[in-house]
Amino acid sequence: MRPDVELIGVTKRYGHGPAAVDGISLAIPAGSYCCLLGPSGCGKTSTLRMIAGHETVSEGDILLSGRNVTLLPPAARGTAMMFQSYALFPHLTALENIAFGLRMRGVGKAERLARAAEFLRLVQLGAMADRLPAQLSGGQQQRVALARALITRPKVLLLDEPLSALDPFLRTQMREELKRLQRELGITFIHVTHGQEEAMALSDMAVVMDQGRIAQAAPPREIFEKPASAFVARFIGGHNVLELPGGRFAVRTDRTRLAPPPGGASLAGQVAAVEYQGAAVRVVVRAPDGQTAEALLPDGLFHAAPVAPGEAATLGWDAQDAHPLSPNA
Amino acid sequence: MSRWFPWLQAAPLALVLACFLLVPIGLIVVVSFYDYDSFSLIPDFVLTNYREVFASPVTWQTYLKTVWFAGLTWLVTLALGFWLAYYLAFVVQDATWRMVLFVLCTVPFWTSNLIRMIAWVPFLGRNGILNNALVGAGVIEQPLEFLLFSDFAVILAFVHLYTLFMVVPIFNTMMRIDRRLLEAARDAGAGFWQTLWCVILPLCKPGIGIGSIFVVVLVMGDFATVRLMSGGQSASVGLMISNQIGLMQYPAAAANAVVLLAMVLLLVAAMLRVIDIRKEL
Repeated sequence: MRPDVELIGVTKRYGHGPAAVDGISLAIPAGSYCCLLGPSGCGKTSTLRMIAGHETVSEGDILLSGRNVTLLPPAARGTAMMFQSYALFPHLTALENIAFGLRMRGVGKAERLARAAEFLRLVQLGAMADRLPAQLSGGQQQRVALARALITRPKVLLLDEPLSALDPFLRTQMREELKRLQRELGITFIHVTHGQEEAMALSDMAVVMDQGRIAQAAPPREIFEKPASAFVARFIGGHNVLELPGGRFAVRTDRTRLAPPPGGASLAGQVAAVEYQGAAVRVVVRAPDGQTAEALLPDGLFHAAPVAPGEAATLGWDAQDAHPLSPNA
Repeated sequence: MSRWFPWLQAAPLALVLACFLLVPIGLIVVVSFYDYDSFSLIPDFVLTNYREVFASPVTWQTYLKTVWFAGLTWLVTLALGFWLAYYLAFVVQDATWRMVLFVLCTVPFWTSNLIRMIAWVPFLGRNGILNNALVGAGVIEQPLEFLLFSDFAVILAFVHLYTLFMVVPIFNTMMRIDRRLLEAARDAGAGFWQTLWCVILPLCKPGIGIGSIFVVVLVMGDFATVRLMSGGQSASVGLMISNQIGLMQYPAAAANAVVLLAMVLLLVAAMLRVIDIRKEL
């Protein structure tokens, strides 16, 4: 499939410091949900803002549907951005906020308000048309921001940490809704987040970034099953990164057991912590050489043979579950 | 005891306001109905003072002139103040620079109003710096007469004195505008003027309102600037009142003062209707 968004050697430098985004190249397929993921300061937001056109590109090119947009203003790119904490215009009602993009394009008042009302229904806020942003809840403001971004019918929607300001319950709900909208509209979403759970739940393609570079860009399942580096394995979570005879390995904590299977690898040590999590129990074991590893055990399995902190224990896993990592990254 | 405490705490300010604001205004209102002759006030209740205010074409002209001064000064200070504030708030990125430039704006206020006005005289006069320079450069043959002791000079002095009163509140509201709103406007396709008109200006309204009240009230009540800068060729209500006081026509002055006060209050009320400044307070 032809990529919708293509970054070619894109670099961003602020002042004379090290590059915030360091020569990244990336092709995002059309109509896909892509998450840019990484710890704060990894360059994910700068990348998004460069795609949006709110940040100049120091080096490299950005292509949207095969067109070089590196030097174009935001509105000429066919992108729209949904800002972190929404940036709704406080003096305009929900309906006028949504209609803003059309107003700037010179669409007549009656028509733009009618179309804005359509989009307000799309995000299920039909009754809130005349409210000011200050009179809307966080989740409602977010929907208005989403509708405002979508009304100009962008080919690519850019979302800057859209869920971070919501409480956990709303977050899950909005997550479903974002995915539904993306599927229904069939456009590309690029979503910046620092939450790996969010990225896994939403993305067709997840891009893990570290210090201005792409650590791994792949479907989330591939990232989880075959992390490219120790950084990715640690950041994505659910992995033990271990130095074992034969190199460095990532082992999923849910594939780690308290009894070494025959023919499998193992790590012996002392139980350092036991944490009950409902459906599972997390057991942390510290080896004599200082390495720690954990096992996420289904609660039935744990309660059949419980351990307590301080006891000796041996973690084990199937040899095929140990994913080798390059030693230097 | 505790029930009286809040009243007790509010009492000093209430007392000060009563003694030094309400009572004097009440006295002015009372005196405005007095009769007078060349030598003395005659306690009475006559309407002649107000009749003179409203019947005399000279007074009408003076009121119109005052409103004209206020309106023109308002326009110029608004235009200047808005762009100065815009520059400070949006163009200057560095916080230290912003502070330095802001302090620079306040430098004229380190001297008194009077000195700032008088300083214009050697600059604008017939043989002043500006005329000499222009004649010397061959731009003009004769010195420009309208520069000093004219309405131009009055407006110039007002603008010089009061632009900062416009800059500060507008700057304040501008600094509270979330910068992401400007980005959101740009993202939606707004150009510079569209962003200015549809986002910045509506959000600056409270600041513009406060600045406008300052400038209009100050200009409407002024008499020194008009007297000095017009060289006695222009009049304002304030100047008229001051002259009447000089002639000991206190009741006439009081009547004018009451009318002026009512006019300014109406103007301020009108501005408050247009602009909700409560967001700023």
